[in-house]
Amino acid sequence: MMENSIAWILLFPLFGAVLSSLLGMANRKVCWPIGVLSALGAFVAGIMTLIRVIDSPDHMVVYLFGGWTLDSFPRGVGIEFRADLLAILITLIVLGVGLCVAIYSKLPVKEETPGKEHFFYPLFLLQITGLAGICLTGDAFNLYVLIEVAALTGYGLIAMGSKRAAAATFNYVILGTIGASLYLLGVGYLYIKTGTLNMVGINEFIGATEGLKESSTMQVAFVLICLGILIKMAFFPLHAWLPNAYCHAPTATSCLLAPLVTKVMIYVMIRMVLTVFGVDFSFESTLWSSVLPWLVVIAIVSAAVMALAQREIKRMLTYLIVAEVGYMVGGVWIYNYYGMVGSIFHIISDACMTLCLFLGAGLILRKCKTTRFDGLRGLFSKMPLTMTGFFVGGFSIIGLPPTCGFFSKWYLITGAMVAECWEYMVALLFSTMVMVVLFFRLIERIHLAVNESGENLGKGHGDLGLTKEQTRFSEGPLTMLVPLLSAAAVVLAIGIYNQEFVNLIEIFLDPFDLPGEPLIK
Amino acid sequence: MTDPVIIEDIRPFLAFVVPLVGVLGIVWAGEKRKNLREIFTFVAAIAQASIVLSMVPAVLGGVNFEYNIWQVFTNVPLLLRVDGPGLLFACVASVLWIATTVYAIGYMRGLHEHAQTRFYSFFAISLSATMGVAFSGNLLTIYFFYEMLSVSTFPLVTHMQDKEARTGGRTYLGYLLFTSLCLLLPALSWCYVWLDGGQITMDFLGDVGKVGSFGQTTQMILLLLFTFGFAKAGLMPLHSWLPGAMVAPTPVSALLHAVAVVKVGVFCLYRVYADIFGIDVLKSLNGEDWMIGIACATILISSLIALSQDNLKRRLAFSTIGQLGYVALGVTLATQNGMGGSVLHIAMHACGKITLFFCAGAIFVASGKKYVSQLRGLGRKMPITMGAFLIGSLSVIGLPPLGGFVSKWYLVLGALDRDVFWVVVVLLISSLLNVFYLLPVAVTAFFRTEETEEDPGIKEAPWPCVVPLALTALGCFALFFFSDPLLRLAGLVP
Amino acid sequence: MFEDVSIFLNELFLERLNYVIYVVLLLIGLHAMIAKNNFIKKLIGMSIFQTAIILFYVSIGVKEGATIPIYLPEHDPHGEQAYATGGPEALTVEQVTSYANPLPHVLMLTAIVVGVATLGLALALCQKIYQGYGTVEEDELMAKLEKEDASSRKPKTHPAGKSSSKPEVSSRARRSGTNSVGKTTAPQAKKSSGTRKTKAPVKKATRKSDQKKGDSK
Repeated sequence: MMENSIAWILLFPLFGAVLSSLLGMANRKVCWPIGVLSALGAFVAGIMTLIRVIDSPDHMVVYLFGGWTLDSFPRGVGIEFRADLLAILITLIVLGVGLCVAIYSKLPVKEETPGKEHFFYPLFLLQITGLAGICLTGDAFNLYVLIEVAALTGYGLIAMGSKRAAAATFNYVILGTIGASLYLLGVGYLYIKTGTLNMVGINEFIGATEGLKESSTMQVAFVLICLGILIKMAFFPLHAWLPNAYCHAPTATSCLLAPLVTKVMIYVMIRMVLTVFGVDFSFESTLWSSVLPWLVVIAIVSAAVMALAQREIKRMLTYLIVAEVGYMVGGVWIYNYYGMVGSIFHIISDACMTLCLFLGAGLILRKCKTTRFDGLRGLFSKMPLTMTGFFVGGFSIIGLPPTCGFFSKWYLITGAMVAECWEYMVALLFSTMVMVVLFFRLIERIHLAVNESGENLGKGHGDLGLTKEQTRFSEGPLTMLVPLLSAAAVVLAIGIYNQEFVNLIEIFLDPFDLPGEPLIK
Repeated sequence: MTDPVIIEDIRPFLAFVVPLVGVLGIVWAGEKRKNLREIFTFVAAIAQASIVLSMVPAVLGGVNFEYNIWQVFTNVPLLLRVDGPGLLFACVASVLWIATTVYAIGYMRGLHEHAQTRFYSFFAISLSATMGVAFSGNLLTIYFFYEMLSVSTFPLVTHMQDKEARTGGRTYLGYLLFTSLCLLLPALSWCYVWLDGGQITMDFLGDVGKVGSFGQTTQMILLLLFTFGFAKAGLMPLHSWLPGAMVAPTPVSALLHAVAVVKVGVFCLYRVYADIFGIDVLKSLNGEDWMIGIACATILISSLIALSQDNLKRRLAFSTIGQLGYVALGVTLATQNGMGGSVLHIAMHACGKITLFFCAGAIFVASGKKYVSQLRGLGRKMPITMGAFLIGSLSVIGLPPLGGFVSKWYLVLGALDRDVFWVVVVLLISSLLNVFYLLPVAVTAFFRTEETEEDPGIKEAPWPCVVPLALTALGCFALFFFSDPLLRLAGLVP
Repeated sequence: MFEDVSIFLNELFLERLNYVIYVVLLLIGLHAMIAKNNFIKKLIGMSIFQTAIILFYVSIGVKEGATIPIYLPEHDPHGEQAYATGGPEALTVEQVTSYANPLPHVLMLTAIVVGVATLGLALALCQKIYQGYGTVEEDELMAKLEKEDASSRKPKTHPAGKSSSKPEVSSRARRSGTNSVGKTTAPQAKKSSGTRKTKAPVKKATRKSDQKKGDSK
């Protein structure tokens, strides 16, 4: 059982999807328990895999589907699933978020898409399968297949909402398909040159063959793959699909997709850069490491400024996602050990922070029927627990200690300093200021008796101009509140135990010779 | 000075945690059990003060208490360490919290203020953060608690929840958070990265002077980043948040000006100058004279602005900025007397200024008057209040036998040690300006006969407001006569 | 100069014709996806785009004089000699002179399936958009969406009250018959959010389109 733990990570949600689809046709009520149990099973399998990875001597667990083991068959005959430290950490985040949202989704799904649970939960579980598979696979084409699995289920999940969501999804389908197809094209070029699709196999071939690094085919392959991934991760200016798609999606969908999809794509980029193409090729043979930091600066600044212009919580959060993607891409491309540590740690912490924020936004939407800023007054007394969870996520995005956001910003700034990439550091600090404005403006709207144009409301002395009924304590339901508070607790826990995660990340980054000596020996 | 003996003790951590535990009680008691709620605050305040005061004898004997809360990074812990200056600051803060609580009860109940539970809880959290700053053992810890204080004082500053509160809150938080995130964080990160190849912990005890290994430009940039990053110190031009925060109720202003916020700012400055850079490094740094200049400019300009303010609280706000300039001056002078004088001035000014703010608030509660020009003849009706105001003014001006004189004396000695005679001149001029903007208030109240209509019903403010201000006024005397332990804690006298 | 040009053109069109073709198809597809106004035309463009990639992959496996890598002509089961030798036999490595690489074809089988699924999903989306907005032209849709946004932003809602547009509820009301675009007023919203009866016809109408989505997995 233990040796197949990687397979179980994928099989639990897969079987759960089939089961909930079949059984759900008869009785809708059975879908949610099946969903939660499958997500739980996958999460437990993920923990077991993490323990195996940490215990194994070279910090890696390899699993070949179909028994095409590496001792009897050459590498690349079977499809290899490699769980090294980076992969298993991100997989655990995927599974954890999946479990959290599965529990959370009981009431939103019933209310926003009634009668469709037997469509929602299969798609939900397949999405988790796809995302977890992306993180674990060691085969380039299999990665494409799993990207498309995740994408297609994502389209379905989003379009299941209102007709507005359907309109937004169409744009997402077009752009997402372009992105995935470009990736496929790049893999095709790689295959022409290296003859294998296995990630490690490609890397070995590139290392062993003279002159392959300078060939234009490899350069084109790199560009196509990275461009495809950048579209899928919504890197500015290729982000046009994200705000509409995530904003109009049903609550549970946006809680699942927003924290995960873009972060998993950044994992794919790191995997391509480090494992497939190798550090030498990616950073020194291409021009990307000199150009991309400036593009990243533009991305971060534009996304932050666009977030300022929004008057609605969910849209503001989607622009924040775009800015955070800029952080992580910048962390990778400043070509520095600490930048990479910061980027990977930021994947983990950003997934949790975004989860917190979207869960909170879903609760607010449910209670107040709106997420526009002017509808939020008095929420501190009406829903204190929700506000606590939401603002733990908010303070984490700003970067106040001891939340995990502070530590990821710390590592990124440290990386920028060691790499002497001052433009990236200035962009980081500028966007931090913008985020301070964003969240404290939100606090003002909720807390103060002042409306948008600056006039006083109410009768002074703290009166918010609301009736007693509107400020009575009335929290959301437990199935929605408990995941939110656990996500907030996880945000704080990741911050407090950040050194554990960073140690694991450093073990992972050891074999790659990135410049910038690790400061703590 | 001999090296201190380090003992591991949980008391610094207890002093930090006690108010947080008190918050639980305050929230539970809530609006329904008001008196129980006030009792919780009292219990927390007295417990904190007693813990802090219990550490004084040991620290005077050369012991430093340490407590490692949490290993944040592999080589940098969240460390609490109690040494002389920190303990002095903590004593001031915790004792004055007791006085402020009594005062706040009188003020808030007298004006029937709203949301008192929220007020007392965030007050307690702010005091907790202040203890954290006072007892911080390294730069990272002080940064953590500095940020905690910024965030926890925001609900206090925006207590009135109207548009003035919005503007004030924006100015307040804007200045504080922007400077700490944009200036402090890079400076901290720089120290973490480059100090001795990263083996450094930015510790206040162990890493004194290691910054000197950088180049002169780097040191100067770091110094500037730290000085302006700690915007709570109110050095010009980053001082505007302080007058802006006057929209808060008076107990909050008292907290901001005397007990916690600005004192945290200048205390952080002291820590950076004395325990990260160190006197020797500062003396050998070219361009450090500019910092002395900035401090002196702050003192003079703020005193001049204070002269023109009619709103009493604003006048006191600019007076505070000037007095903070004194503390900054002391640390930038980079001499033993200057450093010690600045720490002492934290204590002396706290006592004097809190008296003045208490009086301003009492005047508002009793008569609703906010402007100096309205105070004519009030001394007859509120003798205790205006008498205390007079004593507080004399302490801030720096006349013996009041506490303010002692700290100014040491600042002058520090300036003479550094051979900057013009600083002594600045000190004298500013004392003169202090006279011009503080004494007329008391004079107007006592000796001017009233020219306006008589308001019949004005009498002294309720006793919970008057007793604290009388006690702090007496405290200003006591600080002069019993200044020896303070001097020993500040390191001026062995 | 002419020689260089002719060598270049020779290489481009005679030796690398497959790449040229796939690039042209790719760009046609890309252009259709972005520039065309009608959603169905965009989807046709998407299909062309994906087909171009499929053609590219298949074309890189082509070799002159290659055969399928399973058996020699004398082992052909439809021939005479196969039964004499006991049935088709797999080729040994030495017997093979050249065979076409089967892997790209296999990969493209997967890619075709993915393409079909995407196309099916996108067509279902078009249908839902048509049902909701009555158009599959992008500019008309944009205009309707803007009108919807503007009207939902105009009335000032009081803090904890209902917002004027409840998109999920209004879409259900829409699907149950009306095809008009505009705000759903509160009583209509209440009506459609109410009883089992109104939900049943809604479910029937959407079952077909949802099932299509489900089947295409």
